[in-house]
Amino acid sequence: MESHLTLRVDGEARSLTVDTRTTLLDALRDRLSVTSPKKGCDHGQCGACTVLLDGRRVLSCLILAVAHDGAQVTTAAGLAPEDGELHPLQRAFLDHDGFQCGYCTPGQICSAAGMLDEASAGHPSLVTPVADGDGRSDGHVRRGPAALGDDEIRERMSGNLCRCGAYVNIVAAIREVSAQ
Amino acid sequence: MTTAKPLDVRSVGTSPERLDGPVKVTGTAPYAWEHPLRAPVFVQPLQAAVVRGRVTAMDAREALALDGVLAVLTPFDAPRIVDTGDAEMAVLQSDEVAFRGQFVGAVVAQTPEVARQAADLVDVEYEVWPHDTEFSADRPDLYRPEAVNPTYDTDTDDGDVDAALAAAPFTVDATYSTPMEHNNPMEPHTCVALWEGPDDEPQLTLYDSTQGAHAVRTTLAGLFGLPGDRVRVISPHVGGGFGSKGMPHAHNVLAVLAARVCAGRPVKLALTRQQMFSLAGYRTPTVQRLRLGADTRGRLTAVCHDVVEQTSRIKEFAEQTAVATRMMYASDNRRTSHRLAALDVPVPSWMRAPGEAPGMYAGECAMDELAHACGIDPVELRAINDPESDPETGRPWSGRHLVRCLRAGAERFGWDRRPEPGTRREGHWLAGMGVASSTYPGYYFPGSVAEIERRADVGGRADGYAVRIGAADLGTGTWTALSQIAADALDCPFDEVHLEIGDTAFPSATVAGGSSGLNSWGSAVVSAARAFRDEHGWEPAPGARTRTGVESADGGPDYAVHSFGAQFAEVRVNTDTGEVRVPRMLGVFSAGRIVNPRTARSQFIGGMVMGLSMALFEESVFDNGTGHVVNHDFAQYHVPSCSDVLDIDATWLDEPDMQANPMGSKGIGEIGIVGSAAAVANAVFNATGIRVRDLPVTPDKLLRL
Repeated sequence: MESHLTLRVDGEARSLTVDTRTTLLDALRDRLSVTSPKKGCDHGQCGACTVLLDGRRVLSCLILAVAHDGAQVTTAAGLAPEDGELHPLQRAFLDHDGFQCGYCTPGQICSAAGMLDEASAGHPSLVTPVADGDGRSDGHVRRGPAALGDDEIRERMSGNLCRCGAYVNIVAAIREVSAQ
Repeated sequence: MTTAKPLDVRSVGTSPERLDGPVKVTGTAPYAWEHPLRAPVFVQPLQAAVVRGRVTAMDAREALALDGVLAVLTPFDAPRIVDTGDAEMAVLQSDEVAFRGQFVGAVVAQTPEVARQAADLVDVEYEVWPHDTEFSADRPDLYRPEAVNPTYDTDTDDGDVDAALAAAPFTVDATYSTPMEHNNPMEPHTCVALWEGPDDEPQLTLYDSTQGAHAVRTTLAGLFGLPGDRVRVISPHVGGGFGSKGMPHAHNVLAVLAARVCAGRPVKLALTRQQMFSLAGYRTPTVQRLRLGADTRGRLTAVCHDVVEQTSRIKEFAEQTAVATRMMYASDNRRTSHRLAALDVPVPSWMRAPGEAPGMYAGECAMDELAHACGIDPVELRAINDPESDPETGRPWSGRHLVRCLRAGAERFGWDRRPEPGTRREGHWLAGMGVASSTYPGYYFPGSVAEIERRADVGGRADGYAVRIGAADLGTGTWTALSQIAADALDCPFDEVHLEIGDTAFPSATVAGGSSGLNSWGSAVVSAARAFRDEHGWEPAPGARTRTGVESADGGPDYAVHSFGAQFAEVRVNTDTGEVRVPRMLGVFSAGRIVNPRTARSQFIGGMVMGLSMALFEESVFDNGTGHVVNHDFAQYHVPSCSDVLDIDATWLDEPDMQANPMGSKGIGEIGIVGSAAAVANAVFNATGIRVRDLPVTPDKLLRL
């Protein structure tokens, strides 16, 4: 069964017809030749396929393209505000050598961009201390910290595997951008 | 001794950013799957669902009836290859099944979705034979291989080990085991094949994810009876390999078989993460018995390292696990051996520092046990036993600075604060420190050739230099570091070098393996650049071109060329859960000249992370009933995530090894993993007093706290 849809990919409207079983990742890579998101496991276990879907980080291998007609998709190739420029996270990954083979890198960078937005919106993580507040039956609520320490960055980035082991430099790059 | 003049360095030793960095942070660097090709088709492999037996029938009628299916390949009708001598590569050439997960067929279809659906519709019938996959050091049928990877002696025996052990006041006799482990590069093994042209003069183009484009060409050309010049392999960017892409594997053959059947159309094949656990090599499990004897001052009098490991029944791979023990420490009496169990299992192969990684885990844990037995500090014990010359060959070292690495690391790490085993308790955590030595041979492979050409811009004016060599960058920094070497060899600014690699259209390059890449390719580039200047001078006309290589190995028989390092780890072990955290690791290395400190530090640290992972996480759980790895994905085969890696740093002694090659480099891709697992395991002992001799050190093994 096929279905027609339009995605706005990195700022450009792209119409396509897909087998309804097609993941967003395969639609991008194989139908639209947008190969910035990578396929590392196809099971939502590695994070290499991370893109921003309507501004939120998602694993594009676990999403069916047909379910997101009209959505905005941002990949690492379209993250910079202007063509030919680099996003501050990309600049920081270069400065800190936050990658080796580069295959997980577009996913790491999209994930970091989404993660910084989540943190600034006050989303807590597993390592965020419980603070007094309202909204929970025990009277406590977790609210994300104003500034991200290394533990917060590591926890929030742990859905993106890097087999080259560049984490020390990835954390340094994100720390720098987070502090800006 | 090196015969080539040393390279006069200016760019080498500086840290330019990765030249491939911008395309990697944007994701626009093309990996094997991603080259723009017209009208590609998609392969879905079929894998054996039995461990051993024979395919008796395959019914593909339902699959072929599906709209969009182009072909179904089976052992009964797949194209024949001309050389079936390598059983791993003789894909679909026989109906026999030698291990679970082996290819028994493939579907080719217009879309990946249809290919996958059709694969489920192919009905495969088997005759099932008894199988044996059970690895054990007690098997009666262990055998002695002719040599161990690549060509080392299987066994060595010097002096009288038994007498020395019997007489030694201090001894260690311990058996260590390491599990099956899988390389798991982030980019799955991928091959896109295009077979085109007339039947009598076909042309084969492969877009492959490989550590050696020329090696892939040579192997595939041979299998399909093609002259080498009709096969082109393109591989500009490689998403990690760690040895598993060091040689072509069965999927390359399957892709070409499919491409022959669908001639004229690019055929895309990427292994799934799960398939990689059967088809792309792995590190053999090992059982290693270490026996050490020492005198009252801690000097080794006997060293004995006996290894049992596995191989596939259809193709031998004998990991050189005990080889580092032959050169590591001084002892008059020394014995090493390797024995193999040949099983109905997938074919083991190279995984980062094959031999050294598992062997030095066991050897360096045994040294820690000896230090404890003798009451000597582990750093001092290693210094006491540091040999003046290579114990195996008697040759002088080209540069052995292990003791300096140990001492510098100990000071920087705060080694003097190491507690007595099991005594530092901080709330629910026990803390401790460990150390281990590291080493790796300074390999250089002859045979690489480079081409230098004076470039012209569109107006015909001279515009830098093209430097061409079919080398690989799998995250190793080749694009940048080899450009630095070329700039210095040509005596031109770094930005005038335009490196072209990752394509057999460029001159032959040896494989990116054995940490040899930059040593081998750099030597060829230096040689070609010097020949270019000799031939064309300092103001060469656009188009001026020279191609040459270096034939023989420098470093030759006069010196023993090895890198060394000292690995330190601090661990915390939770007394309630057994969880191990590694707050700090430090590596201090002596690996010759460091070409690019920025990328080198990343490579050292990356190796150490993989060693941490080997120590604590990695284990492919093999089920002998079904004959496959049950934890065959990233959810269950845990590789370190960001939150597992805390403060890891690497530094090095700045010492060009001019016996090695004109650059004075010795290779850094593997030494980071060597010894790091032992440092973590030794730190766990120091923290807890528990000696875990069976990797990985998982919480269940520590819940005696």
